[in-house]
Amino acid sequence: MTGTVSRHATGTVRRRGAAEPAWVRRILIGAALAFLALLVFAPLAAVFHEALRKGAGAYAAALADPAARAAIRLTLLAAAIAVPLNLVFGVAAAWAIAKFRFPGRSLLLTLIDLPFAVSPVVSGLIYMLVFGAQGWFGPWLIEHGIRVVFAVPGIVLATIFVTFPFVARELIPLMQAQGSEEEESAIVLGAGGWTTFVRVTLPNIRWGLLYGVVLCNARAMGEFGAVSVVSGHIRGLTTTMPLHVEILYNEYNFVAAFAVASLLALLALVTLVLKNLVEWHAARAAVVPAAESTEPAPP
Amino acid sequence: MARSRQIRVLPGFGLSLGFTVAYLGLIVLIPLASVFLKSATLDWGAFWATVTAPRVLASYRLTFGVSFLAALVNGVFGFLVAWVLARYSFPGRRLVDALVDLPFALPTAVAGIALTAIYAPNGWIGRLLEPLGIRVAFTPLGVGVALVFIGLPFVVRTVQPVLEDLDAEIEEAAASLGADRWQTVTRVVLPTLAPSLVTGMAMAFARAVGEYGSVVFISGNMPMKTEITPLLIVTKLEQFDYAGATAIAVVMLAVSFALLLLVNVLQSWSSRR
Amino acid sequence: MKPHSTPPRGALAALAALWASAAGAADFTLLNASYDPTREFYAEYNAAFARQWQASHGGRLTVNQSHGGSGKQARSVLEGLEADVVTLALAYDIDALHRVGGLLPADWQSRLPDNSAPYTSTIVLLVRKGNPKGIRDWDDLVKPGVAVITPNPKTSGGARWNYLAAWAYATRAAGGDEAGARAFIQALFKNVPVLDSGARGSTTTFLQRGIGDVLISWENEAFLALREFGADRFEIVAPSLSILAEPPVAIVDKVVDRRGTRAVAEAYLKHLYSEEGQELAAKHFYRPRLASVAAKHADRFPRIPMVEIGREFGGWAKAQAVHFSDGGTFDRIYAR
Repeated sequence: MTGTVSRHATGTVRRRGAAEPAWVRRILIGAALAFLALLVFAPLAAVFHEALRKGAGAYAAALADPAARAAIRLTLLAAAIAVPLNLVFGVAAAWAIAKFRFPGRSLLLTLIDLPFAVSPVVSGLIYMLVFGAQGWFGPWLIEHGIRVVFAVPGIVLATIFVTFPFVARELIPLMQAQGSEEEESAIVLGAGGWTTFVRVTLPNIRWGLLYGVVLCNARAMGEFGAVSVVSGHIRGLTTTMPLHVEILYNEYNFVAAFAVASLLALLALVTLVLKNLVEWHAARAAVVPAAESTEPAPP
Repeated sequence: MARSRQIRVLPGFGLSLGFTVAYLGLIVLIPLASVFLKSATLDWGAFWATVTAPRVLASYRLTFGVSFLAALVNGVFGFLVAWVLARYSFPGRRLVDALVDLPFALPTAVAGIALTAIYAPNGWIGRLLEPLGIRVAFTPLGVGVALVFIGLPFVVRTVQPVLEDLDAEIEEAAASLGADRWQTVTRVVLPTLAPSLVTGMAMAFARAVGEYGSVVFISGNMPMKTEITPLLIVTKLEQFDYAGATAIAVVMLAVSFALLLLVNVLQSWSSRR
Repeated sequence: MKPHSTPPRGALAALAALWASAAGAADFTLLNASYDPTREFYAEYNAAFARQWQASHGGRLTVNQSHGGSGKQARSVLEGLEADVVTLALAYDIDALHRVGGLLPADWQSRLPDNSAPYTSTIVLLVRKGNPKGIRDWDDLVKPGVAVITPNPKTSGGARWNYLAAWAYATRAAGGDEAGARAFIQALFKNVPVLDSGARGSTTTFLQRGIGDVLISWENEAFLALREFGADRFEIVAPSLSILAEPPVAIVDKVVDRRGTRAVAEAYLKHLYSEEGQELAAKHFYRPRLASVAAKHADRFPRIPMVEIGREFGGWAKAQAVHFSDGGTFDRIYAR
């Protein structure tokens, strides 16, 4: 399967790459790989090296631990809530911003970017200021037995916050670059708004959408700082995988810590492989509709 | 003028904008407002004294300075990586492509632990650099390494799709009109890429400014030398000084917001051109 | 924990109480918010106490743990972390629960014996095997070329004990002159290449990363390091003077009254003073209070003259204000 994907991709690549002389190509590839090796591959290798230091048995035992399993479940739960919400938001925001011009558009874009720039420490802190016992709603919530911070809702909120801009940020430049002509023709020729969106826009943006979802999901599972502030670190109850890694690390249980960390890296890699597969199928399926997409969508 | 009339043709403006603003308000703006309100419990003099204390100023210099340098490094190498991935074929390209997203997925704390393990004086790479007199871990250079690490995917992933979508015919046309390869890249490809490259670098910068988890492990946290601003916020919090912590947070937020706004204005200007 | 989050709590609690009195058993969960180096100790103690509780009262008892820097844990409890008991590094952090949140009464420390500190510890020096830099006492730490590892007193409770132990020594060395003590501490921190935010972070920097010649550490943390990383690689040096570190424990009244866990939480803390609790503390390298247990393990702990926080520094509130608040002696080390 993977071989097919690479061959498919390489075909297009080679044709374009022919423009530079071979030695230039080799130097550029070498430089890029050296940079990535120092910065990205080495830490990844270190994670697996440390995780497998005491053999596969210790690795498996670390992952079978009930607290580790609880952390995995909580991480998946937080991502399963945060990603779809931010997906819907991202599409709506991209539609409003890329297809229309209105006053305050740049301001809106900047506000959407803001959760990137906000330090994880601060993004945890804000929910503490709002929902904490010393905060705005804290006393009321405690009186009614509802817990937000130091419980699952707080962790989900923090995850939504830190992954907030990813889908929107992927889609906006893409939809801007594509323009609105296709949608406009469809509308002029009598297609409804929803039909136009589903049959014209969605096929055009699905790659960007997938990228956005992948980034959003990866970040949701990997977030540490913000979640750490609102979690309370109750072993087996409010610890996500990254927090569990920290706990294990602090218990001098380096093998287990890196084992859980390696699982996070593996989860990301699996997501990326899935992304590649879906993209390939999408590209193949899109060959026929793409040829027709200049024509109006059927009413 | 004709353009703006055409745009009105599309439906769903009110719905999508309304939803966007409501969601933004609930998740981001109202909680963020709490930071401003809390810091407002300080009077102006106390606020100013908190955010301009020598140690705080030193942390701004480190945080913003190193973040800027990291964004520049990522601008160059991120572009290089995106170019190589989009344009060339070599063994393992798909794998490399997938691994570029790793800094996203690796929890920042794990990244910090892993980078420190490698770049510490007894680590894989630190051991090789030590005889050359280069210390990475526990110096500003280490902070830089962590920030380049977390920012890289932002640049690559914003540039790469645009590079892939770029119509080969335009480049071929330029070439057939007599432009050499260097001219084609600098005059045709780069201007087309500029908005996405700037976006990617701005995202990397903005992310780096707030980064905490990966940096605290590798920086050594020496006051005045390798202490980042988010750590100062945490320090204030642990002393129950919420007002002081939010005051510094307000400064960071204001600077990030101004930078992001500037980039977005620049971008919408360049796309309208 | 579930019943407490549903609206008709009173009714449920009454039912539960009825059922408990009928069957003589009830299920409980406790949350213990503690600081970093107690992880191993409480993991074992919780299991032991749950066994003991279930044998005498029936029902199921689960004790959950949350660990972090002492100041951070206190802040979390203030912000609503529902900890039934807190077991922190210093009394100042539990005082904050009273001062800021009114979660427990001001006299909390006199509710249990020994200033509510069921076990004690002290501050020692950990060096690499063979002691290559010849470190014997505090004044060896200010010599040029000695790299000292200690966490940041601003964020770490352990680091504050470290700092005060060094300060006590320096004051005596300088003949009671405060400027002299400050110069000593300044010279010491000149030798510190890395300031981690917590005690565990510093231990890892020293042991795992191989940075520094000497680690200023909790005694129990130093012993644990020998056990985890090998006594063939490190050794403990007892300084000529140190500080009696009393990590206190307390029930959080507001939380236990809301959750109806006062009885079990009180039993949990009292059991720390029992022979079993004291044995476990000693096993995890805390100095036991109970004379019989202390005598049994006397040869394990070096005899170090110790100052006390109250007599030497006038209590935690004062020490905090003088040394660690913004503009205190620690900040002035780094001010230019």
